[in-house]
Amino acid sequence: MSRFSAVVARDVRLALRQGGGSYWTLMFFILTVTLFPLGVGPDLALLSRIGSGVLWVVALLAALLSLDRLFQADYEDGSLELLALAPLPLELTVLAKVLAHWLTTGLPVTLLAPLMGAMLAIEPAAYPTLMVAMLLGTPVLSLVGSIGAALTVGIRRGGVLLSLLVMPLYVPALIFGALAVEATLEGLSPRPHLLLLGADLLVALALTPWGAAAALRLNLE
Amino acid sequence: MANLHWLANPGRFLRISNAVVPYLAGLTVVLLAYGLWRGLTAPHDATQGAPATIMYMHVPSAIMSMTVYGGMAVASAVALIWKHPLADIAAKSSALIGAGFTATCLISGSMWGRPTWGTYWAWDARLTSELVLFFVYLGYIAIWQAIEDPQRAGRAAAILALAGSVNLPIIHYSVEWWNTLHQPAGLLQGKTDPVLAVPLLTLLAAFFCFYVTVLLLRMEREIVGRKIRQLRLLQAQA
Repeated sequence: MSRFSAVVARDVRLALRQGGGSYWTLMFFILTVTLFPLGVGPDLALLSRIGSGVLWVVALLAALLSLDRLFQADYEDGSLELLALAPLPLELTVLAKVLAHWLTTGLPVTLLAPLMGAMLAIEPAAYPTLMVAMLLGTPVLSLVGSIGAALTVGIRRGGVLLSLLVMPLYVPALIFGALAVEATLEGLSPRPHLLLLGADLLVALALTPWGAAAALRLNLE
Repeated sequence: MANLHWLANPGRFLRISNAVVPYLAGLTVVLLAYGLWRGLTAPHDATQGAPATIMYMHVPSAIMSMTVYGGMAVASAVALIWKHPLADIAAKSSALIGAGFTATCLISGSMWGRPTWGTYWAWDARLTSELVLFFVYLGYIAIWQAIEDPQRAGRAAAILALAGSVNLPIIHYSVEWWNTLHQPAGLLQGKTDPVLAVPLLTLLAAFFCFYVTVLLLRMEREIVGRKIRQLRLLQAQA
């Protein structure tokens, strides 16, 4: 367990320090959300209707943007090979790196969501649902994305390919996440959507480390 | 498994495939002609009229788009588990055909949707999941293109195909609950009148034969292509 937390701590520290890019991802999230009112017009009624969808799509893009660094930097400087040779199983190393990725992108995005929601005129009553949905949904983005990141780790300019591979697989998280918020806004219970989102998270948690680790082993040969 | 390994010899595969392809191609033409003849001479749907005949292209290609992905996922699993040399060639050769079926399904569906639903495209569950399936096919093809070494590309693509096969049912049901306008499938539940079901099932068989024919041809091409690649590499090293 201490090995696991050591990998998490190392990755979080790297992401937060200079050049780690964690702040840039948050800046990207805020700036892109700001672009939507400028693009579709300042009509608050329209913005409150599309607001939760905008937040989800932008959170998804922010996760994608930072995913290509998940293994790439370690691959380039060789530390990924050391991590693969370490006693900690590669599947758990992947899980640790995914957790660190989520702590530095998904979690801050979730915490920022109500603030950005206020700017998009989303009903404050929906904020708790929005945050719970994001708490359940953003780890799915990191987990599923880790397979794409592991597959494209040796490929030059793999970031764009990574987006192409992973984006279709993000559909369920996006749908359940947006539906939960919409249900709350319509006065219905968001529970079924949140439960499905949780199920999606559990499936991703159980399966993606195996896929990502297999892909990493392939690229480390 | 013994048979699988017996076929694993590419030379033997090429001989068998060469012998089988002409018959399969002939069978495809016969089934296609018979199915189209029965379908186009069948009475038109009472409410939808002539546009409903588009379903003779639409339904088989929709079923095939998913069947091919299923086959691709099984071939990928076989390639990963048993390192069967032909399995990843089969998976690779399937992808473009599957993408073609998916595109046919989407295009024919939108041609039918315009006169019947009044729109070329609706964000309906079936349409959306078919579109996502199309993107998954494109991603699979893209990763084959991105990695040069066929061995590594094959394993990477197999992992992706299996990840997709876990995700596609989830995508299917998530969009189903999200928004549904499309009529449910009724062909294989015995609810379709034989006048329509016979040509549909014949055309489904024709599409399947077409798939196997083109798959074998593409696999032959891929095997020969890899041999040429090997020879070129040896030549360059010499």
